[in-house]
Amino acid sequence: MTTDTSTSPAPTQRERRPGRGAKGGRRIGSHAFLVLMALYFVVPLWFLVVGSTKTNSGLFVGSGGALWFNDDFSLVDNIRGLFEHQGGIYWIWLRNSFIYALAGGIGATVLAILAGYGLAKYHFKGRTAYFTVLLGSVMVPLTALTIPTFVLLSDIGLINTMWAVILPSLLSPIGVYLVRVYSQEAIPSEMLDAGRVDGAGEVRLFVQVALPLLRPAIVTVLLLTTVFSWNNFFLPLAVLRDTDLLPVTVGLNQWQALSNAGAGGEQVWNLIVTGAFVSIIPLIAAFLGLQKYWQGGLSLGSIK
Amino acid sequence: MTTSSAAVDRGAGPVTTGERGTSSRRTASTSTIDSKRQWWGWLFVAPFTVVFLLFLIIPLGYAFWMSLHNKGLATGGESVFVGLDNYVRAFTDPVFLEGLLRVAKFVVVMVPIQIGLALLCALVLDTLATRLSKASRLLIFVPYAVPAVIGALMWGFLYSPRFGPATDVFGLFGMTAPNFLSSSMIFASLVNIVTWQWVGYYMIIIYAALRTIDPSIYEAARIDGANGLQTAVRIKVPMVSSSMVMVVVFSLIGTLQFFTEPTVLRSVAQGAIPPDYTPNMYAYSLAFSYSQFNYASTIAFALGIFVFIGSYIFLYLTRKQSGLK
Repeated sequence: MTTDTSTSPAPTQRERRPGRGAKGGRRIGSHAFLVLMALYFVVPLWFLVVGSTKTNSGLFVGSGGALWFNDDFSLVDNIRGLFEHQGGIYWIWLRNSFIYALAGGIGATVLAILAGYGLAKYHFKGRTAYFTVLLGSVMVPLTALTIPTFVLLSDIGLINTMWAVILPSLLSPIGVYLVRVYSQEAIPSEMLDAGRVDGAGEVRLFVQVALPLLRPAIVTVLLLTTVFSWNNFFLPLAVLRDTDLLPVTVGLNQWQALSNAGAGGEQVWNLIVTGAFVSIIPLIAAFLGLQKYWQGGLSLGSIK
Repeated sequence: MTTSSAAVDRGAGPVTTGERGTSSRRTASTSTIDSKRQWWGWLFVAPFTVVFLLFLIIPLGYAFWMSLHNKGLATGGESVFVGLDNYVRAFTDPVFLEGLLRVAKFVVVMVPIQIGLALLCALVLDTLATRLSKASRLLIFVPYAVPAVIGALMWGFLYSPRFGPATDVFGLFGMTAPNFLSSSMIFASLVNIVTWQWVGYYMIIIYAALRTIDPSIYEAARIDGANGLQTAVRIKVPMVSSSMVMVVVFSLIGTLQFFTEPTVLRSVAQGAIPPDYTPNMYAYSLAFSYSQFNYASTIAFALGIFVFIGSYIFLYLTRKQSGLK
């Protein structure tokens, strides 16, 4: 697990390397490369920031061009538009996205923590076989499951409900794998045995000994599963029909398809751009705020 | 009860009671306690197992079952067993084969670009510890937090000759902008979107692995006269190979299932992306536009087999690097 604490060795090495001119040149080159890369990854998002302040026609012809602000600043109007267009359905979509991401993310994480811990710390019958099947399932493309899941869910009448999106999102074999790998490294079996000698039950051992040690894995799996549910497109597209149930991704895609096909009244480019911009703020904020948790955690999979 | 699995070295006692009986009786001999405790393993695994069965094993089995049957007007609305007919149809279906070839092309082009770029960024970042480099690391990662649909919508705007900056940018150099949404450019345009979306995530994984290398190794290499490039190629890359293997597998599986970006871009790129551009899009339109659920399941299952075999072969070839024996 390395976070910012371990950033020291590289620069000191550089300092001691012979050939100072080359060193300076190389560092400038490296920085220039990084700045170029950062521009490539951020400028498209800048377009959303700028676009969300433009009127519908201002997006086509404006004083600022595509990557700068126009003279008139319509962000507030656009946000008001999101409340008014189709009765403010955008905010229902955004709320749905939150529900799907949190329910799917938290649920999948809880299941993955329990299962990963069980697989790592109990030598139950069939454990090896179980783990082999689990590893194999990581390679099963989830989209291959969408169509049969759709048919099965409609057989039991769950289609076109929130459950149709949430329940399949609880599945995260990769999460179980990560927790299992991490548990093996981070929870000493001796510690559990010592607890047992002192008379602690298995549940108490899990809650009081294992969970605190598993915290980095919990944060990582929670982030991965939440992002997965938040980004999901194929599943909600297939299992939802009611506009009121859509997540923001599917909803905005519908607006865009309508705007492309439709006449003037249905062309709401400014609302699409503003809606897209507003919808990415929460997750970006979460990632920036939780940096120190996920940066080290994402290397979990590479620990053997 | 057989004790086939190697892991059962401790608890091979007679296990007759269900999960409930485990906690109630605790006064038995040590070995029984031990064997009973192992039932807790199943208890911990049980909730996940239910979801695993309901939403992975059963749908997978059902997809296979559906692929062996047909149902429709011709069969009077009944499911009729047709054996491998659907598979014969799939593997002689030019639309499916074309889609398969197309995603294979995406794999060949997109995976090396993404992984190469991610590795390059990670290696450069690993040699620097300035504020600028930390900031770039975050900025490169940010697209991961943007849903694929939003990313594709946004690039759709940027590519568009009506909204996008391309006309202005190319105009600066006295050139006319290419039409990024034409059928000749759409492949490259899609590669760009996916690269933009995923490089940061892969970079963070590789970077995190690079940070776990013991720096005294670099010291030794430096004394032996290795320069920065040699250290990177001969030491750093081999030492993070297990992360690289993992990242390539993610990228491979994701690319073969290509669906979201071309689906979203379809409405702006009139005519450049047919509804059956990739096998997944084909399966989707068969199921939801034509109600051919059985044949759609066959396509999905056949694609699944390809993905599974593809990643399995890759993992087998790289088993030394990945540490999975």
